[in-house]
Amino acid sequence: MRRFLSLALAFALVAGPAAAVNPDEQLPDPALEARAHKLSKELRCVVCQNQSIDDSDAALARDLRIILRERISAGDTDAQAVDYLVARYGSFVQLKPPMRLDTLALWFGPLAVLLVGGIGAVVYMRGRSPAKAGALTAEEEAELAEMLDSDEVR
Amino acid sequence: MRRLLFVLPVLGFVILLGVFFAGLGRDPRALPSAFIGKPLPPFTTAPVRPGDTGLSNTDFDRGEPVLLNVFASWCGPCRVEHPVLMRLRQQGVAIHGLDWKEDAPAGLKWLTEHGDPYIRVGNDETGRTGIEFGVAGVPETFVIDKKGKVRYRHVGALTPDDWEQKIGPLMEQLRKES
Repeated sequence: MRRFLSLALAFALVAGPAAAVNPDEQLPDPALEARAHKLSKELRCVVCQNQSIDDSDAALARDLRIILRERISAGDTDAQAVDYLVARYGSFVQLKPPMRLDTLALWFGPLAVLLVGGIGAVVYMRGRSPAKAGALTAEEEAELAEMLDSDEVR
Repeated sequence: MRRLLFVLPVLGFVILLGVFFAGLGRDPRALPSAFIGKPLPPFTTAPVRPGDTGLSNTDFDRGEPVLLNVFASWCGPCRVEHPVLMRLRQQGVAIHGLDWKEDAPAGLKWLTEHGDPYIRVGNDETGRTGIEFGVAGVPETFVIDKKGKVRYRHVGALTPDDWEQKIGPLMEQLRKES
């Protein structure tokens, strides 16, 4: 039983997440294939939308993977290869959106909300803090001294 | 001031709720084309009908707005929208077709069985022509203006509602443009 368990554990550790990339799509040059693989992880499958083309089994994702590899084999830089697809499908294909004027809200919106919320919280907390207690009057001082001097429990 | 501080978060929440609620009714696949305001890229395709000339990007210079419908015989929603296209063709709407990701005989069989609403129709067996202008699936319908520029992209089956509320009025407006 123990042997079985350790074997199962070994297999579980060895198993990586399965990519959808088929062997026949891969480039013979390992350096180019590594670049293509890295890029395809950052490109969105426009059919399934929340998967990268590297993960997706959709037919279009396969086409885009092949196109990406063709561009890279043809000598495109990473940026040129990505731009080729962006020109056709818009910057929606980039899983990490580029920083542009129309994506500023996307990048800094959460920060702005945090800032507004933080300011609101600070203002609220300040308004709630109790007024500082004034100094004791002479009468109160006397009463306090009397209390501290006596052992009487009231 | 204190009152404002109480009202603001509630107001913000209500606005957020409104945005989310409006988002529920939107189709996440309906993305604007990257080609809005631009002409279609250069392409030529093989014919679907034997002895025909197929479809190329120069076919859109007709002096009237044209629909470009991307379809396939293997596509379910295309079956739904096909009668709509047939009716539009009868009404005189100019429609070109691109038969996506299947061989020409399959496309021809589809047109013989269900009717042929297209002026020009090209075959895109590998799907590469469609990919050139950002087709993600079938059916998709592009509205092309008189000057050959893409003005609108409709994703999914074209329903009579889509035509009456969005695409029909747009075509009418484009017809009036000089």
